[in-house]
Amino acid sequence: MSGETMAETRTRRIKLHDIAHARAGDKGNTSNVSVWVYDPGDYGLVKSQLTADKVKAAYPKLIQGPVRRYEVDQLHGLNFVMEDALEGGVNTSLGLDSHGKSWSYLILELEVDVPENRGPG
Amino acid sequence: MLRLGCGAGFSSDRLGPAIDLAEKGRLDYLVFETCAERTLAFAHRDRKLDPRRGYNPQLRARMRGVLKAAKANGTRIVTNMGVANVPEAAKVVVEVARELGLKGLKVAAVTGDEVTDLLGPDTRLFDNHDKRIDEVGLPFTSANAYLGLDAILPALESGADVVITGRVADPSLFLAPIAHKYGWRTDDWAALGKGTLVGHLLECGMQITGGYFADPGRKDVPRLADCGYPIAEVAADGSAVITKLADAGGMVTARTVKEQLLYEVHDPARYLTPDVTADFSRVELAEDGRDRVRVAKGNGSRRPDTLKVTVGFDGGFLAEAGVSYAGPNATGRAQLAADILRERLGRESGIGRAGTPLRIDLIGLNALHGTAHGARQAAEDVRVRVAMRTADRTACETMLWEVESLLCCGPAGGGGYRGQITPSVVTHSALIARERVMPRVEVLVA
Repeated sequence: MSGETMAETRTRRIKLHDIAHARAGDKGNTSNVSVWVYDPGDYGLVKSQLTADKVKAAYPKLIQGPVRRYEVDQLHGLNFVMEDALEGGVNTSLGLDSHGKSWSYLILELEVDVPENRGPG
Repeated sequence: MLRLGCGAGFSSDRLGPAIDLAEKGRLDYLVFETCAERTLAFAHRDRKLDPRRGYNPQLRARMRGVLKAAKANGTRIVTNMGVANVPEAAKVVVEVARELGLKGLKVAAVTGDEVTDLLGPDTRLFDNHDKRIDEVGLPFTSANAYLGLDAILPALESGADVVITGRVADPSLFLAPIAHKYGWRTDDWAALGKGTLVGHLLECGMQITGGYFADPGRKDVPRLADCGYPIAEVAADGSAVITKLADAGGMVTARTVKEQLLYEVHDPARYLTPDVTADFSRVELAEDGRDRVRVAKGNGSRRPDTLKVTVGFDGGFLAEAGVSYAGPNATGRAQLAADILRERLGRESGIGRAGTPLRIDLIGLNALHGTAHGARQAAEDVRVRVAMRTADRTACETMLWEVESLLCCGPAGGGGYRGQITPSVVTHSALIARERVMPRVEVLVA
């Protein structure tokens, strides 16, 4: 998916968890996950690769509604707002994690391509 | 400089570190935020069962813990621990004050958030496809509007030592003391946006001092077991430093602050409260020494014309039961148990058919992320978890019995049965015109 941005360099694929941290919150049946890179130098590649479409496409059964992405460039963070993504929300979900507190790690296990010569996460 | 501390970020938050703040925080204000939407709905149920209940169950313990030190140190307390019964909660605070010898302590009770009688069956729920209250199909129990700054300010102006409220917007609990101290006008949107930012950062307690953050090996937090609550040092221009007591565990770094900055926020440029449309999108953070993060560039624009209302419904019961399998072919045995439960519950009681949804997860394989990922490969320590929600308590008991019966009638080696039935509430959101909501303040003296 990152062919255009990474065409010039050899890349390797890592989990976002290696280079970013995240927190999940809920309001009704909408989940939001904010994602923050540890190293500002990684913000560009995460911003270009971790699109709202990529998040939506990764979990089609879970995320039933649209996904919007907000960017907070000066703090190197992205905020994903996922509608109808909590199996009904805390009121109706029969799931163990009915707030979707652990959804942050659904985002962090998505993969991104980084330059092959980049140091370990 | 104004020093604000947060002594609780949710209903069941820890007490000990709040006592530390009262004793050693040199605070002007100590704020306890304990009122989530569901907490409120449960509190209404408690009050219905006993008119002297419906406030935060830890109110008495918290007041016994902090009131004496707070009074001695000139720290005023602001809290929404009144939840669904502010008048009773205010009486409890007065009782504790007398018990501690704090004669003359002033307690301001802020009411007016309850709007149950102002809504009708035709009120629309904006978070539920604009359905009407009478289309939800559950008994309507309560409605509370989110009060804001303007409801709390008169209580602070009364000189009260303790301000106790019901439903107010969480950041308003912090914004009100800041606006009171610096004399901000209630239409100074830029200032209110900055104060709301401080409130938003503090309102979840330890979520900004290292709680809900640690990921060992990646995000290590020192002495998380003894994590301290946050303190904000707020300047007259609304900028602030977030910090904590030096001897408390946890940490305050740009990373802990960032994660809290967008916690439960959708569009960072438009965070709606009763006081302001706050803008967090241009916030700047700078680490300013150990466990000190400077926060600037919050902003705001005009407040919404309507107030949000939490509408509560009686959701019947949530029943959960489980049994575990371990060792070779644990996955196969757990799957067989799940199949048996679906077959028997559906055939004998109609559970799992339309109307009474049933959920069965295999903990260890697919419980939390099951919908996202589907089942993963086999594990050798698997728990079958069964959950259902219904108004029919007998059906819940039937389900628990079926799960427990697997101990003798099910696959080999099943153990560790547990089952519980708990009351369930459902909450939705509506809007109400501001002018229909009339906040009031009553001052009690110990």
